[in-house]
Amino acid sequence: MERCRMVFSGSGGQGVITAAIILAEAAALHEGLTALQSQVYGAEARGGATRTDVIIADSEIYFPKVNQPNVLVCLTQEAYTKFSPIIRPGGLLITDTRYVKTFKKVDARQRELNMYETVMEKIGKPIVFNICMLGAVIALTELVGADSIMKTLENRIPESFLDMNREALDLGVEIGAAAKR
Amino acid sequence: MNNQVKFVQGNEACAEGALYAGLDFFAGYPITPSTEIAERMSIQLPKIGGKYLQMEDEIASLAAIIGASLTGHKVMTATSGPGFSLMQEALGFAVMAEIPCVIVNVQRGGPSTGNPTHVSQGDVNQARWGTHGDHAIVALTASNHQDVFRVTVEAFNIAETYRTPVVLLFDEVVGHMREKLTIPEPGEIPLVERLKTSVRGGVDYHPYLPREDGRLPMSDFGGVHRYNVTGLFHDMWGFPTDNPKIVQGLLRHLVDKIENNSHKIAMYKEYYMEDARRILISYGSAARSALHVVENRRSRGERLGLLELQTLWPFPYNVVKERCSGARSVTVVEMNKGQIADQVKAAVDDPGKVFLANRVDGVLITPTDIRNFLRVIQGRGI
Amino acid sequence: MAIRDFLRERFFPHMWCPGCGHGIVLNNMLRAIQTLGMSKNEIAMVSGIGCSSRISGYVDFHTLHTIHGRALAFATGLKMSMPELNVIVPMGDGDALSIGGNHFIHACRRNIAMTALVMNNRIYGMTGGQFSPLSGYGTLATTAPYTNIDHGFDVVDLAISAGATFVARTTTYHAKQMADIIREAIIHDGFSVVEIMTQCPTYFGRKNKLGDASNMMEWMKDITTPVGSKAKEENPDLIERGIFVQKELPEYCSEYNKVIERAMKGRS
Repeated sequence: MERCRMVFSGSGGQGVITAAIILAEAAALHEGLTALQSQVYGAEARGGATRTDVIIADSEIYFPKVNQPNVLVCLTQEAYTKFSPIIRPGGLLITDTRYVKTFKKVDARQRELNMYETVMEKIGKPIVFNICMLGAVIALTELVGADSIMKTLENRIPESFLDMNREALDLGVEIGAAAKR
Repeated sequence: MNNQVKFVQGNEACAEGALYAGLDFFAGYPITPSTEIAERMSIQLPKIGGKYLQMEDEIASLAAIIGASLTGHKVMTATSGPGFSLMQEALGFAVMAEIPCVIVNVQRGGPSTGNPTHVSQGDVNQARWGTHGDHAIVALTASNHQDVFRVTVEAFNIAETYRTPVVLLFDEVVGHMREKLTIPEPGEIPLVERLKTSVRGGVDYHPYLPREDGRLPMSDFGGVHRYNVTGLFHDMWGFPTDNPKIVQGLLRHLVDKIENNSHKIAMYKEYYMEDARRILISYGSAARSALHVVENRRSRGERLGLLELQTLWPFPYNVVKERCSGARSVTVVEMNKGQIADQVKAAVDDPGKVFLANRVDGVLITPTDIRNFLRVIQGRGI
Repeated sequence: MAIRDFLRERFFPHMWCPGCGHGIVLNNMLRAIQTLGMSKNEIAMVSGIGCSSRISGYVDFHTLHTIHGRALAFATGLKMSMPELNVIVPMGDGDALSIGGNHFIHACRRNIAMTALVMNNRIYGMTGGQFSPLSGYGTLATTAPYTNIDHGFDVVDLAISAGATFVARTTTYHAKQMADIIREAIIHDGFSVVEIMTQCPTYFGRKNKLGDASNMMEWMKDITTPVGSKAKEENPDLIERGIFVQKELPEYCSEYNKVIERAMKGRS
């Protein structure tokens, strides 16, 4: 497989770091792949532009940072403005229609997905927006299966929240699959 | 799924290594980027009947674990640059009183408050000479989580074997990034337990009279032997003295017990070193970038090798001298102004062939940075 | 057990000056311990740096002579790791309340069962007579040649405010009271603070023209009064001595045992 370098970005509190950890852990522990996650720490616990890097490969990963992602997720306009210039030419750039207005000049396969509003409409809880995003990412990249994500979630969150997360993940997979066509 | 396989931060790998080594007492004070170690300890230690203490500052944290070590426990504290500065006085006490303990410094940018959430390797010399007076010290590091776990266990083994504080010099990148960690089965990594005195109660016990091999069997506080422990120069009973002969003998013992065993304490990894014409020497997170470059160059047939140091102090001069003897150039990749490069220059026959490839801006040195340095060294320009 | 059995006679003579009050403290501390019938193996003494801190070397307990100001921090780790030990921490005034002030208030706050003895001679003796945070306004010292403008702490008030659950004050003149109070402090299940006013004839006495050791002890008799006495109402400048606070509150090591129970039940 080709080494996949991803950057998830957004605003503190949106859960992009959690999503990145879940994806990387699922790849490393349930898909037999090598995965590495890191993040940029600012002084803010909430707000500010958050960035987290995930690398997934089938061989050893030494350098842990992503310079030019081939998958970039931007969940705020600020994150999009800041990070869209670093995407690898021709890479996959995922944004949310509620938060981001895209530019035409970016050399990437831009997928503007209606994730936030779908989550609010179908589930009504913004807390699982990040899991819906993760669903879209795994559908578009086909690196990690939804089952592996669910196995990871089972170890991380209380049982009573699992159904809601599964629902959000499925919504994301649906949105992602539709955008693939 | 084996639950001994985890996807964790380097700081958690360190905490897991400490628990595997038998740690049951931790005291600390929160500081970025080491805090996850304390958090992990506060969760795990009471579950095994161990103790987690949050002290009023880093001075008190190191003091508290020294106190706990004396009752026979394996102990650790964790901090970063500013806290490590505060610990220097008690670190010297642990050296002088020969108290086994492990001090983790997850390095961030300095001096002062510096660059708290960004990587640096600027505390290498502080670990060596931060506390005042002549002394020897042990400092270890690692570049990936499996090795973080491993060197943490070895830190406890060395602390117990030589009755010394051991510094673990990790860095922000390794401390914070997440990757897979497989926890070894019990017994897979041998553990060194404290050497206890065999002298019975009622018989005069000399707490500071080394055995022939230099080791000092201990008696726990609270046990049958009552003795004095002090940071002053002391005699074989632990009682203060300024007798020049005893002062010199003790200082010699404190230095020799480490320096004479530097070959046993030396931990390092070699990548493609057998036929390497050009050598990179690196450690910690910088070694990840160095290894990336080496793997990449080797696939193109270039004879580049990497010597990854895990023991920084006592510096493995002999290993470096021997491995670098036939090399055309030796490039030290680190994130400071050349703290290990200086040691490498002192180790090799021709210091003129030693170069420094560094970065000190809070950003992990990249493979591209290293490739550019190599081009310049080879006279090819960027 | 005879008092002498508590001493490490091998290490005598001690290093204190003639007339120093620290020997009186050593004597009465050992008398207090003698009445408790504890085994020497059950007692640990942790001290810092200064004349007073050398006390730990002379007693036949588990003794830890640490670094300046940090004795309580070392002692906290020692006690937490082995709560069955009786931990006594003798400190000087500069040791406990200047360089060690932060450790002092936090030890009070935690209420960990240890006994802090603040041997207050109002001067840095070991370094040759510089003013301490207990010297007081208007005193003289080698670093206050034009009189001291620093105001002193009130050790008792400070310990009470910081949360110590046993707080007392005595003097070297009141030797019998000192032994009784130290005894109470040691058996108290919580953090206990005993301020012991003591004389340094060599530096504080000489600099401030207070006469010899016996004059200084007489002086301590004259300027103190039992806590709650009528004399204090008539003369508010008198310093009270006796037990100010003696209350039961959850002790730190016992509280941590509850943490262990909660963690083992998986409620971490």
